[in-house]
Amino acid sequence: MHDVLVIGAGHAGCEAAAAAARRGARVGLLTFRAEDVGQMSCNPSIGGVGKGHLVRELDVFDGLMARAADRSAIHRRMLNRSKGPAVWGPRVQADRKRYRAAMAELLSQSGVELIVAEALALVVKGGRVAGVQTSGGNLSCRALVIAAGTFLDARIFIGDRIVAGGRRGEGASIPLAAQIREIGLGQGRLKTGTPPRLDGRSIDWARLDEQPSDREAWTMSALDEGLGQPQLCCAIARTTEQTHDIIRANFDRSPLFAGAIEGRGPRYCPSIEDKVKRFGDRGAHQIFVEPEGLDDHLVYPNGISTSLPADVQEQFVRSIPGFERASIAQPGYAVEYEFLDPRRLNQTLEVRDVPGLFLAGQVNGTTGYEEAGAQGLAAGLNAAAVALELEEVRFDRRTSYIGVMLDDLTLQGVSEPYRMMTARAEYRLSLRADNASSRLGPAALAAGCVSPPRRTHIEQHLASRSAESWRDTDEGRADLLYAPYVARQAREWEVVRRDSNVWIPRELDYPAVPGLSSEMVERLMAVRPETLDQASRIPGITPAALSALYVAASRRAAA
Amino acid sequence: MADTIFALSSGRPPAAISVIRVSGPQAFAAGMLIAGSLPEPRTAAVRELRHPQSGELLDEALVLGFAGPASSTGEDIVEFQCHGGRAVIDSLHAALAAIGGLRQAQPGEFTRRAFENGRIDLTEAEGLADLLEAETESQRKAALTLAEGGLRRQIAMWQEQLLALSARAERAIDYDEEDEALDPSLLRDSAVLARELEQWLARPRAEPLKDGVLVVVAGPPNAGKSSLLNAIAGEERAIVTDLPGTTRDHLEVPLSLGGVPIRLTDTAGLRAAGDQVEAIGVARAERLIEAADVLVWLGDAAEVPPHPRVIGVHAKADLPDRREAPDGLWATSAVSGEGLSGLMAEIGRVARTVLPAEDAIALNRRQAAHVAEAALAISDVAGAGDLVFVAEHFRRARNAFDQLTGAAGVENVLDTLFARFCLGK
Repeated sequence: MHDVLVIGAGHAGCEAAAAAARRGARVGLLTFRAEDVGQMSCNPSIGGVGKGHLVRELDVFDGLMARAADRSAIHRRMLNRSKGPAVWGPRVQADRKRYRAAMAELLSQSGVELIVAEALALVVKGGRVAGVQTSGGNLSCRALVIAAGTFLDARIFIGDRIVAGGRRGEGASIPLAAQIREIGLGQGRLKTGTPPRLDGRSIDWARLDEQPSDREAWTMSALDEGLGQPQLCCAIARTTEQTHDIIRANFDRSPLFAGAIEGRGPRYCPSIEDKVKRFGDRGAHQIFVEPEGLDDHLVYPNGISTSLPADVQEQFVRSIPGFERASIAQPGYAVEYEFLDPRRLNQTLEVRDVPGLFLAGQVNGTTGYEEAGAQGLAAGLNAAAVALELEEVRFDRRTSYIGVMLDDLTLQGVSEPYRMMTARAEYRLSLRADNASSRLGPAALAAGCVSPPRRTHIEQHLASRSAESWRDTDEGRADLLYAPYVARQAREWEVVRRDSNVWIPRELDYPAVPGLSSEMVERLMAVRPETLDQASRIPGITPAALSALYVAASRRAAA
Repeated sequence: MADTIFALSSGRPPAAISVIRVSGPQAFAAGMLIAGSLPEPRTAAVRELRHPQSGELLDEALVLGFAGPASSTGEDIVEFQCHGGRAVIDSLHAALAAIGGLRQAQPGEFTRRAFENGRIDLTEAEGLADLLEAETESQRKAALTLAEGGLRRQIAMWQEQLLALSARAERAIDYDEEDEALDPSLLRDSAVLARELEQWLARPRAEPLKDGVLVVVAGPPNAGKSSLLNAIAGEERAIVTDLPGTTRDHLEVPLSLGGVPIRLTDTAGLRAAGDQVEAIGVARAERLIEAADVLVWLGDAAEVPPHPRVIGVHAKADLPDRREAPDGLWATSAVSGEGLSGLMAEIGRVARTVLPAEDAIALNRRQAAHVAEAALAISDVAGAGDLVFVAEHFRRARNAFDQLTGAAGVENVLDTLFARFCLGK
């Protein structure tokens, strides 16, 4: 009997399993193949603007991602350095193999039991999750986290070739997807894609703009383990009109435009054929040329993800200056997968209608390792809470990007892959990558999920804030810079807080609320907000509906 | 279940016709109790209105019914268009109040119900409120423009421009791989929007049209303020004596001067107060002068309080020692009537300048406060320096507009962002 079982050992699954274990749960982690633990299936980088903020927050709770990134970093860049510190985005290029090795090592140290099997079906007893049927027999548990990523009924597209699978050369969870659809959790399909991988030895690097690593040796994790890896250079290439002509001439061979892919892709991470189609006036698109590792010839050309047939990929790649003789080691492909409606979840990521069942990561319609990892943390901490009867751990959108994401997902749902951006955080000026320990340290200590060195670090950090020398630290200076703005936001927050105190009864009969149109009733019932403040963030909810809801809620309170 | 409410929904009596509206689940039942029967919804018919208990005939009136939810409040409505005398209105009110479950509406309650039932949004709610209170033709036109969504469209246009600016700032933060410097055209474009908002703010507000232009008569004690007010109003409104300090509080006379709705107000004389009651009167007078749309000053030109629209009056011009009026002052006499018609024409002329043009959209004070907040935030962009602050000022401005209309969240910005830009990565 496990306290917590986790399906999927990607970024969400690993964090969920380790987080539950840190709270004292006995955890089993299911994966198709042991060597896939912590696999970076897309580009080999961690962090960025908004995403780097998530990694730093995850780190405060002793999450694995920041430390694995530091151990495998081969290129570092603090994005937005010329702008204010609130939006600095730490981003590292990781050695793909070393990242996976670091993840596996951190995971094994956490005491999580790795179980190599396919999860076939959930076992639900008396309305609660009770276990999982696997290809290796039945397992029972008190809480279950599904972190299946893109593997639910996944299909891979390379031009007109279609294969079942969530990642190249791997399987897909088809029976599990069918059962989830039966429970009524299914929402729709999304797509994502990858570019062709190039052989670095066939690239003419001299023709590309060099992008060196930062000189300053900052780290992702607040617990600096000392850097070991040499730092490489990345480079920037650009597409040409000729590239676009080749792509345009082959639109009919792309499954995106031929209608084979029904899932919606991320607008902010479009495939190259999407970019050419939608932004025809642009003469060139940037490509970040990222080495995959120290002892690896593979190069990841970030910016040309595609599902065009392999021969077209080769043709257009070779039209790019610097890539004239480039050989494709592995063609790009698109993946279409099932995602679940996160509006069915509490803000702890537990399915509202199935106690003990948690969903985390790309299954909830997000994209990105960082978004997945951060959800894994929230699901793992709270799955342990359910299994061991501990306190819930909630994240607030005022104090963390994790809170922003959970709030957005569970209230607004997704219609396209959700990616973190600082624009999503209205309290952006106080949510900085440099002050994650100050913001979340007390919550991490209270959750009882951190190691002794982390505890010491957080306590010392919080104590140092009241010292005279604080104002001379980078974080102290940033605090001062934003203080007047943060004070004004605090006043705005007061208004929100008043709405947060208006609780909407769980069993409220929406159709009977006077003045709510049937469209509003439908939107509200899909989410069942807990407070008026949450209701105000549901998309499409009109001020009129809010006031009707307010009247209904306060009448009930008075009665 | 909601109460059924009723109220006089046309202008103040006496008037030729007054409209009394009843809204709520019992509206039709109440209508039948009083009118005997109701015509088909959305058609008018003449009925005898009788007290439901005594059977006493109250009036003969035009009666209309509107079935919810397709009515202006979203509820069943009955409208009585009766004779506009105060006695008729009072007796009809009493008759309605005698029906169980009916009560007099709170101020604004009809509109509030329309808003709550999703019939109108906030700006339309305000326009409709104005429309229902409109007394003059120019008021009605202004209110109609507002109710028909003219203001809403204007605000939507501003919001769209602001969203586009905001999206440009957000894009430069979240998608700037090259970490480029702040785009100067963003500053230029936001200055243009800020200037447009400020121009709108410089226009007259909606309130003077609805409530009347506030014309305040002020000056030192015993300067002849009350006499002047009485002479203009043509009736004995204020108590006039020769004792300085007689007017302890202010009086208000609604007037129409040259078609301009005016609230003519008398104030206590400005001097060091003799007792506490008078002191309160003086303090109120000072507040009124500040609130005045037009100030009529009866006193030394050197002592006139700072005000954008002052009409200087040399009163009591009939007295032997006051025959000579200083330059620029209107010589008047409440006794002889000298100079009164000229002064009234001048008040009407100045008052007209604070009214919005007849077909123009006017902001009311609440709306203007939000627009001013947005304009301030957008003009802060110029000196912000860092892009993070630029984006923060845009966020503040968006917040101000959100408060003006409701709705709009982060997703709106993102939608705008993605619709317009090709994003790398």
